[in-house]
Amino acid sequence: MDQTKAPILEALERMKYDRLVPFDVPGHKHGKGNKELTEFLGEKCLSVDVNSMKPLDNLCHPVSVIKEAEDIAAEAFGAAHAFFMVGGTTSSVQAMILSSVKSGDKIILPRNVHQSVINSLVLCGAVPVYINPQTNERLGIALGMSILDVKRTIAENTDAKAILVNNPTYYGICSDLKQITEIAHKQGIRVLVDEAHGTHFYFGKDMPISAMTAGADMAAVSMHKSGGSLTQSSMLLCGKKINENYVRQIINLTQTTSGSYLLLSSLDISRRNLALKGVEIFEKVKNFSQYARDEINAIGDYYAYSKELINGDSVFDFDTTKLSVNTLELGLAGIEVYDLLRDEYGIQIEFGDLENILAYISVGDKTKNVERLISALGEIKRLYKKDKSGMLESEYINPIVEMSPQKAFYSNKESRQLDKCVGEISAEFVMCYPPGIPVLAPGELITNEIIDYIKYAREKGCMLTGPQSMDISHINVLKGE
Amino acid sequence: MDDLWYSEYHTPNVRFSIKVINQLHCEQSNYQKISVFDSFEYGRFLTLDGVMMLTERDEFIYHEMITHVPMAVNPDIKNVLVIGAGDGGVARELSKYKNIEHVDIVEIDERVVEVCKEYLPQTACGFEDERITLHYKDGLKFIRHVENKYDLIIVDSTDPSGPGEVLFTKEFYGNCHKALTENGIMVNQHESPFYKEDAKAMKDAHRRIVGVFPMCKVYQAHIPTYPSGHWLFGFASKGVHPIKDMQAEKWNELGLKTKYYNTNLHIGAFYLPNYVEEMLKEYE
Repeated sequence: MDQTKAPILEALERMKYDRLVPFDVPGHKHGKGNKELTEFLGEKCLSVDVNSMKPLDNLCHPVSVIKEAEDIAAEAFGAAHAFFMVGGTTSSVQAMILSSVKSGDKIILPRNVHQSVINSLVLCGAVPVYINPQTNERLGIALGMSILDVKRTIAENTDAKAILVNNPTYYGICSDLKQITEIAHKQGIRVLVDEAHGTHFYFGKDMPISAMTAGADMAAVSMHKSGGSLTQSSMLLCGKKINENYVRQIINLTQTTSGSYLLLSSLDISRRNLALKGVEIFEKVKNFSQYARDEINAIGDYYAYSKELINGDSVFDFDTTKLSVNTLELGLAGIEVYDLLRDEYGIQIEFGDLENILAYISVGDKTKNVERLISALGEIKRLYKKDKSGMLESEYINPIVEMSPQKAFYSNKESRQLDKCVGEISAEFVMCYPPGIPVLAPGELITNEIIDYIKYAREKGCMLTGPQSMDISHINVLKGE
Repeated sequence: MDDLWYSEYHTPNVRFSIKVINQLHCEQSNYQKISVFDSFEYGRFLTLDGVMMLTERDEFIYHEMITHVPMAVNPDIKNVLVIGAGDGGVARELSKYKNIEHVDIVEIDERVVEVCKEYLPQTACGFEDERITLHYKDGLKFIRHVENKYDLIIVDSTDPSGPGEVLFTKEFYGNCHKALTENGIMVNQHESPFYKEDAKAMKDAHRRIVGVFPMCKVYQAHIPTYPSGHWLFGFASKGVHPIKDMQAEKWNELGLKTKYYNTNLHIGAFYLPNYVEEMLKEYE
């Protein structure tokens, strides 16, 4: 196929050239009906914010230009089929899970999954079997899945229908995807990959293995992260054994019937750009990251880690485009450095957790901005370094799953004061940012350890989300019979 | 008859024009567009990205004021770092001091230096002094690796909109603080208080310097070809005062010939108009 083509883009250009008179939605009519919005976003943008029509195909049932664009994308990613998604990578994750497991089915997951994964279980009624991630205690980060854990969990749950792998993690850690896939496939278990942070694996040189290359069945790819498309656009990739028409039915259960052509064209254009210039683009990103890593490590006390973490198992590979920096030796929590960078130096980074920060490096960066980041980190060390004792350590609490998230979520429940929840089953989520891993999911037993952790995290200024009670003073628990 | 004019927008609604004899040079370097023109009134002049940097006619004001003010406060300065200044004007003024042992000049764009050497010998002659080392590097990167080394840092930057942007950041000023000796002085091109955009850059720079240095003063000069003509410089140190610590007698004994600067004007330059004082006070 011709990767220089961009069928959706070309169709939109033809539409503009033909000067069709719009008597259809959207009502702003190429922006003319909403001057303020047109002034803000630009006339070019509004002129292609249009509805599905014959020359532009229909996302719910693609037969022409969208189909063609998806086929070209599939080839670029080495997938059997690619879906253009407009509900964020959350919608891609949902579609993967909903098309792989049904009510009562078991799905094997690492505990450090994105909340969209557990939300999908609320929707479909599948039961999670968690694998606790290996952790690096020095860095305070979750690693990949170890092969031993995968083998043991599969042996204990031979009836599991699917396994989900985060690859790479936010920090750039990769699991041994190929071996995990082989082990799972031997048992007839479908392999789903949350590849939200791995678009570039398909296009860069010397990258960690991608889900499709590893033989995984489905992968959710956030094109808008390293791929350069618009926020909320995403890609769902399917392997050979997946019935794409069934997946489309699943997608259409929750997907809008008015898919945005701004998002769709951004996927089309970004795919073309990556297919044609991906190697060059990601070499540049890798070089930026490596330069920053060397310079940041030279400052001292910071640890910008990379491939030296590789241990053949829970860190099978490392994504060197990521710039993750441990701040423990500085005596500052990652989130404190994150705040200082923004408030004192006008630099916004991707996130800070208890012991790490992540600066997102991309093709859009300039040398002078990378220099600013490095210099600001040097200044933060000079001015704010303190004794490192008393730093909060992140930890993973083993969840005790009592029932499916769906059953718990829809059960009769009552709001209980935090201290009075021990021994009850939670009906809702508690997420803690940082580190962004569920402390509690619906259907899990609330223990003393969990209550202590919630209080501790709240005290340290972590953001807790999920429960209906906004200040997390109460949790909804299942009502006794 | 030719009627060629160079025009620069000082604001979207104000234009400053100089009648031009001809354009001597024009190129796009890796960092900016570099042009040199010849004119009837101002002699040759250099522009970067369409902004006037210096003219042969009035460059002495800027270069004398950014150099001799700190040198009169401490005539014993030995080690100097100059950031920017690819035209050589600051180097020329510094080379008048026999006490100075070494000057590092860090200019990001080698082409600016080359072009000035070819077309603007009036300032580029400053590079001939043996005590000078030229480094073609990012100023922020250079200074990051330096600690307690320089007695004087002169920040001769372009406006914050171009490649000079990093030279207006808090991390840059913080690194300057670190690179200075105990009695060290930092002097910087401080933009203008008059037009709104320039005034914003001026206030931002002041706020950031105040956040880093305990002693921060601002002084002024009249530079005809810069927007509004009213231009400011920053004087920052870890305690050294620009007027109280000035060694006027010692400086005058050096017998340097200057066209704009003298030690009386030095004192006067720190007395600012009320509206400027008010702008600065917002952050003090």
